[in-house]
Amino acid sequence: MQGIPLNTDNSPSVILEMIFRLKIKDVMTRNVKTACKSCSMREIQKIMKEERITGVPITEGSRLCGIVSMEDVLSTMDQGRIEEESSKHMTRNVIVLEEDMPLSFAINYMDKYHYGRFPVLNMNKELVGIITSRDIVNHLLLEMNKEMTRLEELVPESEAVDSGSREMSFVCHRFDFENAGHASTEIKKALKLRNIDRKIIRRIAVASYELEINLVVHSLGGGMNFVINPECVKITAQDRGPGIENVEDAMTEGFSTANDWIRSLGFGAGMGLPNVKRVSDEFTIESKPGTGTTVKAVIYTHPDAPRQGCSD
Amino acid sequence: MKVKDLAEKLDYECLVSEGNELEIKNGYTSDLLSDVMGNAPEDSVLITIQAHKNTIAVATLAGINCLLICNNRPAPDDMLETAKEEGISVYRTRENQFTASWKVHELL
Repeated sequence: MQGIPLNTDNSPSVILEMIFRLKIKDVMTRNVKTACKSCSMREIQKIMKEERITGVPITEGSRLCGIVSMEDVLSTMDQGRIEEESSKHMTRNVIVLEEDMPLSFAINYMDKYHYGRFPVLNMNKELVGIITSRDIVNHLLLEMNKEMTRLEELVPESEAVDSGSREMSFVCHRFDFENAGHASTEIKKALKLRNIDRKIIRRIAVASYELEINLVVHSLGGGMNFVINPECVKITAQDRGPGIENVEDAMTEGFSTANDWIRSLGFGAGMGLPNVKRVSDEFTIESKPGTGTTVKAVIYTHPDAPRQGCSD
Repeated sequence: MKVKDLAEKLDYECLVSEGNELEIKNGYTSDLLSDVMGNAPEDSVLITIQAHKNTIAVATLAGINCLLICNNRPAPDDMLETAKEEGISVYRTRENQFTASWKVHELL
């Protein structure tokens, strides 16, 4: 099984946005043909032939127990064991995807594991679909068509450059852990070129990274904006929702709404926003459930010099 | 102490050596990346089981010069690539964080 030749690191941003915006549930086949553990390999071979598919998940109710591929069927045929139960021949340690993951995960999995298909589970670990490279290719072509039409209609706009201070903006996508930290790394590089104390650069990097991770982990997507003045750095992290129910809770160290998956990556310790506040000289947070959250953090780059015009 | 001197004494498996000339003054042991961001001292070796690309991002931003992965956890290729680009050495050991921290502390 060949992987999909699509680089999830440095493909054009239009493509990257596409594979992060599309969720596995948007792309997968929902009507999955399954078989039970007591089905014979012969019966499964019949399903494959009739449905013209190459893999059949084995289930008990909505719980996934294993998967039988065309190769499994062929090897039982070879050994004269095709009348035996599927439970004896299925692959038990099935690699699965979750329906809410971005499509990029499926593409990475195709490359990494070299399987032709991955069963898709919902939050309750129930089988809700199956995704093949064919599903991915079909959907990507459709999306690319739409996107190219949109791009052709766009007139390129030129950006105004402020000579006194510098402004940088970055887009952040939900669950895009691959690129999380990119904005913060870029801003750190830009600051290193200026005459700013190392400890202060680190404080800016901490604030920026925590806000960036928050966008990736908690928001539906948003952006980071940096304004570098001679006197301070102003970071604005703004998202499109879902908004914070109780801002006071969110500001409490140890409070977190992150799920187990996010925690297993080392995030969601409930230290993000308190960390940002601690390293910032000015800090404001505004949030409305259903609308979104805006966090502004200002850090003075030359705290000993007299200041003007850092706050707005 | 330089990263390479520490590495030589500990004899851990070297995965990335690009940061070997950097200075190590301190250490920090944690698997929570926010905790590392907030509390790890600069010029540290980070002792952790979090082996993925985001660990390198955190290390770069927090001024960590070397990563020590415990329990022989697998280190993905994209993580090692990023570490090379950022000039951070990565080592790996079968030991757990407790034992590794104790050994590193002895040498610093």
